[in-house]
Amino acid sequence: MSSWPADTKYISHSTARIDAPAKLTGSARYASDIQEKGWLYGMILRSKWPSAKITAVNLDKARAIPGIKAAVVARDGEFNIRYYGEEIAAVAGTSKQACLDALRAIEVTADVRHEFVVNETEGLKADSPRVWENAPNAPAPHVRENGNVDTAFADCTAVSEGFYTTPVQIHNPMETHGNTVSWTDEGVTAWASTQGITSVRDGLAGALQLDHSKVRVITEYMGGGFGAKFGPGVEGVLAAKLSKSAGAPVRLMLTRFDQALAVGNRPSSFQKIKIGASADGMLQAFEAENYGTAGIGGGADAGGGGGGADIPMPYIYKVPNTRVKQSAVAINAGSARAFRAPGHPPASYGMESAMDDLAAKLGMDPLELRLKNDPNEIRQREYKVGAEKFGWKQKYQKPGSSPGVVKTGIGCAGGAWGGSRGDRNTQGDAQINPDGSVELRLGVQDIGTGTRTVIAVIAAEMLGLKPEQITVRVGDTNFPYGPGSGGSTTCPSVSPTVFDICTKALAQLQTQTGVADARGENWFAACKKLGVTPLTVHGQWQQGLSTDHACGVQFAEVEVDTETGLVTLKKMLGVHDCGLIINQVTLESQINGGIIMGMGYALYEERVMDDLSGVVLNPNFETYKMPGMADVPEIEIVLINMPERGVIGIGEPSLVPTAGAIANAVFNAIGVRVGSLPITPAKVLAALGKVPPAVHA
Amino acid sequence: MNDSEPENLGAHSRRTFFKSLGTVAATAATSQVRSVAAELEKVNAESLIGPGAVPVTLKVNGEKLKLMLEPRVTLLDALRNYSSLTGAKEGCDRATCGACTVLLGDTPVYSCSKLAIEAQGQDITTVEGLAKKGNLTKVQQAFLQKDALMCGYCTPGFLMSVTALLRKNPHPNADDVKHACAGNICRCGTQPRILQAALAAAGVHTASKTEVVNYV
Repeated sequence: MSSWPADTKYISHSTARIDAPAKLTGSARYASDIQEKGWLYGMILRSKWPSAKITAVNLDKARAIPGIKAAVVARDGEFNIRYYGEEIAAVAGTSKQACLDALRAIEVTADVRHEFVVNETEGLKADSPRVWENAPNAPAPHVRENGNVDTAFADCTAVSEGFYTTPVQIHNPMETHGNTVSWTDEGVTAWASTQGITSVRDGLAGALQLDHSKVRVITEYMGGGFGAKFGPGVEGVLAAKLSKSAGAPVRLMLTRFDQALAVGNRPSSFQKIKIGASADGMLQAFEAENYGTAGIGGGADAGGGGGGADIPMPYIYKVPNTRVKQSAVAINAGSARAFRAPGHPPASYGMESAMDDLAAKLGMDPLELRLKNDPNEIRQREYKVGAEKFGWKQKYQKPGSSPGVVKTGIGCAGGAWGGSRGDRNTQGDAQINPDGSVELRLGVQDIGTGTRTVIAVIAAEMLGLKPEQITVRVGDTNFPYGPGSGGSTTCPSVSPTVFDICTKALAQLQTQTGVADARGENWFAACKKLGVTPLTVHGQWQQGLSTDHACGVQFAEVEVDTETGLVTLKKMLGVHDCGLIINQVTLESQINGGIIMGMGYALYEERVMDDLSGVVLNPNFETYKMPGMADVPEIEIVLINMPERGVIGIGEPSLVPTAGAIANAVFNAIGVRVGSLPITPAKVLAALGKVPPAVHA
Repeated sequence: MNDSEPENLGAHSRRTFFKSLGTVAATAATSQVRSVAAELEKVNAESLIGPGAVPVTLKVNGEKLKLMLEPRVTLLDALRNYSSLTGAKEGCDRATCGACTVLLGDTPVYSCSKLAIEAQGQDITTVEGLAKKGNLTKVQQAFLQKDALMCGYCTPGFLMSVTALLRKNPHPNADDVKHACAGNICRCGTQPRILQAALAAAGVHTASKTEVVNYV
């Protein structure tokens, strides 16, 4: 079986992101930067009603606006609108201004329905207005049961019951979703802001009824996705139709407003948890009832219900007696999509909150309770290493015992991510030129994680060259197949593939040139012997170089002002198992990013909907708050180096434990549980009994 | 949608609104109000431009850019969609994310919320104008070294904010950097690295706190 080299110059060291100069000088071309010859600006008209039947869409006046070259309806004939922001029509014109005028000129005739539901607790009720006509909003819950929960609780020394809720979180990548699409007689070319060039290619081909070979997708640079950018989206298909109709390329990027309504979010969760342990702190019984909404949900048309709102429970712990009941509630809101570690952040938050509440009942240090019950050896090690670095023993005080008005607290939480060893179908080519230059081509995309750099680092290591001598080309469906960037699997997909390409290249070079070892100083002489014909080698993913199941634990330190309710995050420590570290600097950036996004989830972020009008009230950055530089605390990282495990992805694991750790630190500071994310000042003050809790209409 | 937007704004065009406001204001007796009235009179004296396209000359990165733009076209729109300068990014189009930040003189501004016609006569610098002859500036180099970028979409805006800060204050502390970057949002989570990069560009080096621990 293959194995990674032991003494390395680049692998497990730090190489600056190879595409940094392009991104730092503005020369990197994102989907939203594409200016194909004769390109048109595209925009979408969205529903202002949460529920309606569209009976007619008249585009005549829009088409008459000067500069407008095409206008199309989102769907033919009469159609139903099920959420505020659903697509109705789209226009393309020579300027944004023309498009804005044209959107206003579109005449929509609709039967507006005043019965709708945008609140998941309301949606659960049997008499709530149906999102889908033929099915209840909440189908029968999924129930999983092991052992005998009721008997086990009766035997427990300590039992804790709590209600923990998490909001709908919006992805908010800095570049919105969108594409520039050119549809000519030869086929379709789409410059997509996507995490999956292949899935966009297949999606467009399917929607437009074209052969896959007639659709090419290019993503040289894209401005973040976090799980929300895999398919072409309605916007991609509309851009293609506009392009065909206008006979010109169309750039259709969503507005920030559009992005908040229609192209994905993380489902909410409402977790009623009961947990019990024997006097020694061993977990004996666990019961959870959870519901959440994925909006109108995926595939909801047939079965009703949202789908996708289930969370893994009792998360990372093994409890002998469990009963878990989960329902997904459909509401009139945009559908959920995968969001960085789907299901895990709410599960970690709920379970880890329950663990700390139980520890308080037991009078036990919550870290101690984890060490007793966490079955995973890597996390055990991570907790121990982390606790020492963090100074847990010195800092830990019983919940609520911090003196003064501004109280300090610490907390910890754990996470897991299955991921995969990579897509075994990942392929790539290297072209080695007689002048010694090397070009690698893989049909993956770099979504900001540093995939290009990872490819260069591994190729440089294997060929005995420098990373800057490797030209990396990704983000084009004309290159050999690569997977979408999801599930933290890109690194374990591409790394073994590049290993294989380079191994084969060296063997082939030896055969063709007679140079026994073409690496390093022999490289140029060997390549010169190729004469005039470049060497092209094809490689693919190989077993034994990557692994799955990453673990991580995080520690948080907070200050809570008990007069204003404000939580200030002072410090985060992330301890993560990364298997074989490929490029440390970009790996650290991923962990920073996970922690900061988790911090937003814990303290700031929440999609707010208005029950009466059904609209999203905060589809922008001034009312949907995300962490800014001044909010971000000191972040320390410990990487548990396990090269023997091979390559593991880190994008998702780094986000999972953050909210739980912060929530527990707040509990530790003030001695009462704020059982609802985001932990806003109002909720802190309500938990302290200083203001009445918010009442939901 | 067709039913909510009035097609005819009647007498309340922007200029007549200003005029009527000016009349009311001038009758008030305080000097402050008189100065407001004087200001409004000046506005009213300007000749009407638009709503059709008008010639606009922008000085961007030292070069003149002659465009025909409707007066409602923003500076960001002019750069990204009427010229090939796509370095400044559109993240929100409403002055909340900072991806569109450019310099007017030495001042960082949200180009999405500045009309192109208002930016005439000023030295506009976009991210494309930072590196001269391919040589990265100190700030760009520091961003590269500290990995202060991930997807890179917010990066041009942060670069401009940090560049403006260092021009004004060559020796900022961490709080100065946080203040200068308060108008910029990053979703990938590069904030700590941008802070380090800004300080590094000012000659203050911060040590990495990452520790690599072997499992066994």
